[in-house]
Amino acid sequence: MIIKILGSGCKNCTKLEAHVREALQDLGKTAEIEKITDFAEIAQFNVMKTPALVVDEKLVSFGKVNEVSEIKTFLE
Amino acid sequence: MFEMIADGLIYNLLALDSANHWAQALHFFVYDTLKISFLVIFVISLMGIVNSYFPIDKVREFLENKKLFGLEHFLASVLGAVTPFCSCSSIPLFIGFLKGGIPLGVTLSFLITSPLVNEIALILFLGIFGWKVTLVYAISGILIGTFVGFFLSKLGLESYLEDWVKEQLKQKMAQASITDERNFKDRIPEIKAEAVDTFKKIIPYVLGGVAIGGVIHGFVPTGYFEQYMGKDNFFAVPISTILAIPMYSNASGVIPIIQSLVAKGIPIGTAIAFMMSVVGLSLPEALLLKKVMKLKLIAIYFSSVAFSIIILGYLFNMIL
Repeated sequence: MIIKILGSGCKNCTKLEAHVREALQDLGKTAEIEKITDFAEIAQFNVMKTPALVVDEKLVSFGKVNEVSEIKTFLE
Repeated sequence: MFEMIADGLIYNLLALDSANHWAQALHFFVYDTLKISFLVIFVISLMGIVNSYFPIDKVREFLENKKLFGLEHFLASVLGAVTPFCSCSSIPLFIGFLKGGIPLGVTLSFLITSPLVNEIALILFLGIFGWKVTLVYAISGILIGTFVGFFLSKLGLESYLEDWVKEQLKQKMAQASITDERNFKDRIPEIKAEAVDTFKKIIPYVLGGVAIGGVIHGFVPTGYFEQYMGKDNFFAVPISTILAIPMYSNASGVIPIIQSLVAKGIPIGTAIAFMMSVVGLSLPEALLLKKVMKLKLIAIYFSSVAFSIIILGYLFNMIL
């Protein structure tokens, strides 16, 4: 599984990343986490608010720092 | 209520003399910090709820479907005012609007008003200056966005976008949209977390602004600024506007400062021009926009906004 975190690197992106790691740990899964900070690449996903979360090239959420419990539902 | 707490703390508990400059400054600090924090917490919680149900993709959809002979600038400007804005999202938002087929001028109308008129600025204005000034402020911010965006759309500035942006605009892609079917109870933790975050982010500005405001309040004699920056000083408005461009703060940090300045004799129009320029135009924003716009476009953008703010400053000094 490849998880991408889209965002220019502000605090919220770091927080989201921490939540993703926590969710992975809870589920006992491993995944490759990529942080996408380049605006051109972020634009490819058509998101207007960051941070955004992409799981296996599919956009699952944007514009918020998801709670760990919500992230788990994306990863299952 | 906040007055009572501040009075009790400063004059009774600490038994400071109300004629003492430090006591006055401290009183201002305590009173304003309490009041502003209360107002800010109220409004960010409210906006968190609105934002959870009315996210930015809905705003864009709304604008995409409207072709209204110039009125779309007004609409974009109003939506910019009501949409909570975070500068770190301004680039994705800018690209998203353009890709959705919203013209550059309309997108700029949104982008100009968004930091200028926002819920935090409005509630603080309401709490400190009353409804009349608040209404005038909101309307004029929206008009700046409307007219500057309209004016810029007539200049055909699309060629001044950065090349990668132009490249992006050639691709048509399905718009990202995610439906969120969770009920209110499930959304609460997220809304709360965001409100707490926003509060943490702006509280340093509030404390800084209130501290500066407090010192001005306690130490500067009443009417002090009138002799230098009064209404009859023609250059006061343009100078305050231009000086404010490199400064960066958000509304909650500037308002306590201008509150004190106005009390000490700075005309309200000059003060509002200063504030609009601090929150609406800033160096960090210019640097961010540099990623999507060529320097010439940023220069045109900033100078037309600054010009409108100056005109408004004069106008406010005349009517308020």
